[in-house]
This record gives sequence, structure tokens and C-alpha cells, in this order.
Amino acid sequence: MRELALHILDITENSVSAQAKHVEISLDVDFERDRLVIAISDDGCGMDEEMVKKVCDPFTTTRKTRSVGMGLPLFKYSAESSGGSFSIRSEKGKGTRVQAEYRISHVDRMPLGDFGGVVLQLITMHPEVDFRFSVKNGERSGQLDTAELKEILGDTAALNEPAIRNFLREYIEENLVSLYGGGL
Amino acid sequence: MKSLEELRALREKMKSQTDNRSVAGSDETVIKVGMATCGIAAGARPVLDALLDEADKRQLHNVSISQTGCIGMCRMEPIVEVFKDGQKYTYVLMTAEKARKVINDHVVNGNVCKEFLIGEN
Repeated sequence: MRELALHILDITENSVSAQAKHVEISLDVDFERDRLVIAISDDGCGMDEEMVKKVCDPFTTTRKTRSVGMGLPLFKYSAESSGGSFSIRSEKGKGTRVQAEYRISHVDRMPLGDFGGVVLQLITMHPEVDFRFSVKNGERSGQLDTAELKEILGDTAALNEPAIRNFLREYIEENLVSLYGGGL
Repeated sequence: MKSLEELRALREKMKSQTDNRSVAGSDETVIKVGMATCGIAAGARPVLDALLDEADKRQLHNVSISQTGCIGMCRMEPIVEVFKDGQKYTYVLMTAEKARKVINDHVVNGNVCKEFLIGEN
């Protein structure tokens, strides 16, 4: 992975595979403390304690096509190799929360990348899931709740209409991405 | 600043226009992009964006573009599967430029981009 945004996409795809109906994704930027925190929590099927222990081992996966799963190990590595930390909490039947913390100024910290693009992709490719995105930078914060979008639109198929996509792209840019200035 | 009120207005405006999509029938082309860890790491996101953008530019109404999980050949990612005319075409090692060519040549004009198909790699 070349961008942290791609990790967010990848880990959130796990939530969707775990039949999550609500997924919360938050990005907390704190330049003063030199900290960036990414958290993804869902109400999917969750994991038992034993699975949580070995889930960051690359040779653990639930998929059938291969016996390796690199998503979580790579995410963990990205945080731990840049002076940060990583944690995962899960409860069977309740859901999972994954959190990664980075030192913004660390030389090995990956750039955040196209976070707005990832947000748009998640919203339009998984219309059946309710996402709540929040970005915080010091005092300023912005939210996007897709349940609200769907209520306005009436039906989820409209999310993929080009005119709606363009609106959402700009909305995400103005309400989420602009909060941290885009280049992070 | 964009507000959700604008979205409501946009939606009302769209409802009053005739929906071309509802007439799409059995000639629909289905395109799937592998979006598991392997695909994402190999660059599947720009490929998906390029497909959506090109389909929008050309006003293609009978094309459905979506993502799927791991297709099983991680070293060939990004992989794009095109289901057209009852056949499945597997394009491998894709890039955004190749994806645009597939839309133009294959989906629109019916000429399969043989050089990107899995058998050729």
C-alpha cells in the first residue's frame, strides 16, 4: 500500500464482508501533538478472543481463495514503523474496532493519500451499508452520515448517478478533506 | 459550502428527467474490479475510478460497474472482469489507461483488447 487511505479502504472492506450494517470511520489529526489517529469500528459479526490474537498474523484469513491475509498485518506495520501504535478489539456478535496511531512527522509515515476518493468509493460501492465518516483537526470537525444521504435520495441506486457522484465528491472535499488541508 | 439541501434539490431535478437507465435490458455489460488487499495494493482504485469516469463521459447507460473481492490470482492484479454477450473476459495487470481503452474498444465498439487478456500474459 502506498497511502493510508488505501488501508482505510481495505480494512473497511473487511467490515463489509463481516456483514456490518453501520461502520464508523474517523480521522483525528492533531498537529500540535504530532499525532494522526485512524479508527474504524463496525457492528459486523466480530471475532472470538482466539481469532483476535492471531488475526495480525499474515497466515490467518477467512477467505477461501488463498491462505494468506495481508490487510491487517500491513495496516499494523504501517503504524508501528512510524512511531505509532495499533490496536484491535472485537467481540463475537457485536463488532470490531481497529485503531492505528501515527506520528505525523515520522519519516516512514505513509502519506494519507486520496481519502476523499476512498470515502466516495465506499459510499457508492456499498449502498446497503450506513457509513459515518468524521474528520477532526483540533477544534474543527466535519461529518458525513450516509443514512442522511439515503433518506434524501429515497433509493440507494441514485448514489451511482453521475450527477449525484459529482455532488458527493465536492461535498466530501469541502466538508471532510478541507479540514486537514488535503495534503497530509 | 455544499449542503445537503442542494442534494435534495438535485434529486428533485433528476426525478423530473426521464430515466434512461430503466430501458437497459439484456444487453447490459457487467464490469467487476477486484478490490481485496491484493487488488488495492496493486492499484485497483485508479482503475475503478477510470472505468466509472469513462462510462460517465460516454454516457453509457447499459454498463454496471462494481467491485468484488479477491479473484484468486493476486499477482495478476489489478484484475477487471467484463461480462458481455454471454462471455467473460478477464483483463489482468490493469492500469487506468488500459481501463479507458477497454471501455472504448471493447465495451463501446465490441473489439476485445486481446493484449490485456489473461491468456496473453
